[in-house]
Amino acid sequence: MTFTTSSGELPLELAETVVIRFAGDSGDGMQLTGNQFTTASALVGNDLATLPDYPAEIRAPAGTRAGVSGFQLAFSSKDIHTPGDAPDVLVAMNPAALAVNIKQLKPGGLVIANTGSFSQQDLLKAQCETNPLADGSLDGFRVIEIDINKRVKEALADSGLSSKDVQRCKNFYTLGLMYWLYSRPMEPTQAWLKEKFAKRPELAEANIAALKAGFNAGDIHQLFQGRYEVKPCTDLDPGTYRNIMGNPALGLGLIAGAELAGLELVLGSYPITPATTILETLAGFKNYGVTTIQLEDEIAAVCAAIGASFAGKLGMTTTSGPGLALKGEALGLALMTELPLVVVNVQRGGPSTGLPTKTEQADLNQAIFGRNGESPIPVLACATVADAFECAIEACRIAVEYMTPVILLTDGFIANGSEPWKLPRVEDLPRFEVKFHTDTENFLPYSRDDKGARPWAKPGTKGLAHRIGGLEKEHLTGNVCYDTDNHEFMVHQRRDKVMGIRDSIATPEVKGAQEGPVLVLGWGSTYGAITEACNLLKQDGTEVGQMHMRHLWPMPAGLEEIFGRFERVLVCEINMGQLAGILRSQYQHTEFVSHGRVLGMPLQSHEIASKIKSLLK
Amino acid sequence: MNDTLTKKDFKSDQEVRWCPGCGDYAILNVVQKACATIGKPKDEVVFVSGIGCSSRFPYYMDTYGFHTIHGRAPAVATGVKTANPDLSVWVVTGDGDALSIGGNHLAHILRRNLDINILLFNNEIYGLTKGQYSPTSPSGTRTKTSPMGSVDRPFNPISFALGCNATFVARTADNNLKHMSTVLEAAAAHKGTSFIEIYQNCVIFNDGAFEDVINKKVRDDRTVDLEPGQPMIYGKQGDKGLRADGFNMTRCAPEEASVWNPGARSAAAAFTMSTLDQEPAMPNPIGIFRCVEDLVFEDEVASQVSSAIASKGRGSLQDLIYAGETWKIE
Ligand SMILES: Cc1ncc(C[n+]2csc(CCOP(=O)(O)OP(=O)(O)O)c2C)c(N)n1
Ligand code: SF4
Ligand SMILES: [Mg+2]
Repeated sequence: MTFTTSSGELPLELAETVVIRFAGDSGDGMQLTGNQFTTASALVGNDLATLPDYPAEIRAPAGTRAGVSGFQLAFSSKDIHTPGDAPDVLVAMNPAALAVNIKQLKPGGLVIANTGSFSQQDLLKAQCETNPLADGSLDGFRVIEIDINKRVKEALADSGLSSKDVQRCKNFYTLGLMYWLYSRPMEPTQAWLKEKFAKRPELAEANIAALKAGFNAGDIHQLFQGRYEVKPCTDLDPGTYRNIMGNPALGLGLIAGAELAGLELVLGSYPITPATTILETLAGFKNYGVTTIQLEDEIAAVCAAIGASFAGKLGMTTTSGPGLALKGEALGLALMTELPLVVVNVQRGGPSTGLPTKTEQADLNQAIFGRNGESPIPVLACATVADAFECAIEACRIAVEYMTPVILLTDGFIANGSEPWKLPRVEDLPRFEVKFHTDTENFLPYSRDDKGARPWAKPGTKGLAHRIGGLEKEHLTGNVCYDTDNHEFMVHQRRDKVMGIRDSIATPEVKGAQEGPVLVLGWGSTYGAITEACNLLKQDGTEVGQMHMRHLWPMPAGLEEIFGRFERVLVCEINMGQLAGILRSQYQHTEFVSHGRVLGMPLQSHEIASKIKSLLK
Repeated sequence: MNDTLTKKDFKSDQEVRWCPGCGDYAILNVVQKACATIGKPKDEVVFVSGIGCSSRFPYYMDTYGFHTIHGRAPAVATGVKTANPDLSVWVVTGDGDALSIGGNHLAHILRRNLDINILLFNNEIYGLTKGQYSPTSPSGTRTKTSPMGSVDRPFNPISFALGCNATFVARTADNNLKHMSTVLEAAAAHKGTSFIEIYQNCVIFNDGAFEDVINKKVRDDRTVDLEPGQPMIYGKQGDKGLRADGFNMTRCAPEEASVWNPGARSAAAAFTMSTLDQEPAMPNPIGIFRCVEDLVFEDEVASQVSSAIASKGRGSLQDLIYAGETWKIE
């Protein structure tokens, strides 16, 4: 790596893990700054995890607390699993950003405050009665004050840009400063800016100038006592990596899943935070034979996907909680007509419109139970960004092998978080090529194979014209049938088919202690926090068991035996104990203790660790 | 074209279960016959429906069929047709299914202009749920849910479709078999969404709803058939005409009748025709209100996919995964 300026005489200190939170106004470009820092850190070879945190409004009134947008990232020379419980460094572009985020900063942490935005008026907008930089409220922290507004103005004095455009470069000045402080290379960001502003090179130049000015400021102005270096992470498995966010990773998994099934993909979707970027991702991959349709609502979106599956493509739909609620009736249709369908639900804070940009795991009950009638649908959840890719493929596999709708749960944290993804080898991916039914001899649309799946005969196939629908089906023929014995029989068939998926999934492994007082159990995005919590305890010399569930319905075989080896199972989830409740109904001999928080944020590892400790007493 | 196909080929083995005398029987007959005439092999034909008496239709057709959920047939059909544009896709729906619960989807399929034929069986009542007023029931309709008469103002399905910029809009009636065949064949020939309102008699819950216009005794005098390129002449003796006078229609002698042109870019004249039924002195138009060419949704979707493949090459799993900035850890 080459640096644009030498680090001078200031000492270089090694750091293992650093957690930075960039915070500013929604208009300050904090998400972009965070993403650039992330990319640079990925290229340095650090392990990392990110947590964007932005308001639901695109631009809440400037300078207010409601308008604060934050981006937290942890980067490390060791293997890490979360974006960190608390930041070491808070970059606050204005008083509102400082006020909203200071609570979370580690004691003794570093505050970098842009004094250019701490005028009386700014303080007023942020509802600060006194200036936190002067009133002693930051006494427990190290504070670096720098007038970024002024510095950018000076740096770009000759740029010819309007003062508004100049101030827009503030975030790159800040980024440059942080690049200097943590010894990051500037080249990738420069290249990115040149590409991004290819049509307006003067803006690319200005932002690059701001970036460099920020970088140099660290040296010249002696703002800091020294710089830090975070060495490449050597704990990561050998392989090829790329940095990716959860939603794009999941989108790639859906494309791969269709490809592995030998099918073309049709995605019907309707924009909703935080799921939209999956639709956006797939819309950019048309050269993979991917068709995306943005429909008029979530109901139409799932219905179009069902229609596409009927026609012989792999129909999919992506949404978030409110959208899943709308799709409920159509999911019943898909399970009744036994067509493959992949439904992705990127969970957010609920109920109703809830907290659109915050994370939560409270749609588990909706996914498993949220339909009329006896309506079993397999449900799985991804644990990490990288796991989103694999789970998307797994959802496709289940859908086509069992001719069933499948719900894949993820959440806002995974959707927008990023981490280095160890790229799988294509030849290692599972293949589950679909064979459409073409044999006209004794065709029975509701006969079943050894998995309980019915034949998939697509329109256009000679001699197999048949009718399906949501009315109860007669066993084998699929004709409309109101016979009540047949109904009960078919209810059992549909249940048995879905429960039979168990035979195709592995029992999750237990890490750490294989028996003992506590098994810590999680699902979905809590994986990182639970792993970190168990690591914390291990450092203290306590080892507990840890297990993470990917398949939530049906539950894998072998859980009873595992649970039997522990006195209690602590279930950690971002809801009021939904999985714990389901587990209690399924495994009556185990004591399940629930740890659930609904703060719109990932669970914190130290909180989980203390919960575990309390159970060990 | 397949001239060996007959109406019988399109009859499924399922027992038809509409009430005796229901207008749906006549429509089924004509559709089966029209399908044979149109000649598309039955394995390439798909009937998609929602929920209602009318929506049982696919079970009686020996084609591929999908009886979906209430109001959503246009959305399911959108998926079917986009996934496989070679299929001939028909939607069968009722006035409640299409205009109440499914009004949104109907509007959007018409706007997108998929090459699909939509048959709306309008009986101005909810048949399957036993006779409640529907969004096409005239104000004042007395039913069990409107014992003092409904206070809703009704939709005019033709005006609705025109308002959605539908490219083919027509009306026919269940007792006019020849007319229905002509309209169905024209609809099938049209590339784009064809919307056909069919006046359908529900003998049980709304018998005779259209009697005053379509009864064989009065229909020649009470309806005018909008035939492309033909003067708007009607009456048992062909003694009446309609003349377009700006945006007004006036009655005139047959020699003075205007020639009907459903191909005008502007739907304004068609819209005017769609509201004639509200004027007691005017005949009620049937036939083809509008027939214009426009971009077809599924073709545009497919062409974007093929041009992406042409310009970027067909993507492989390797390219998909190993893209962007990657780095190696040894
Ligand atoms: C979600 C849902 N809501 C309500 C119903 C009950 N329902 C079935 S058919 C129908 C109305 C059908 O009227 P229409 O579309 O005019 O069809 P018709 O029976 O008159 O042919 C209603 C309300 C249903 N099946 N599903
Ligand atoms: S209720 Fe009316 S529409 Fe339904 S089948 Fe009977 S007559 Fe036909
Ligand atoms: Mg009706």
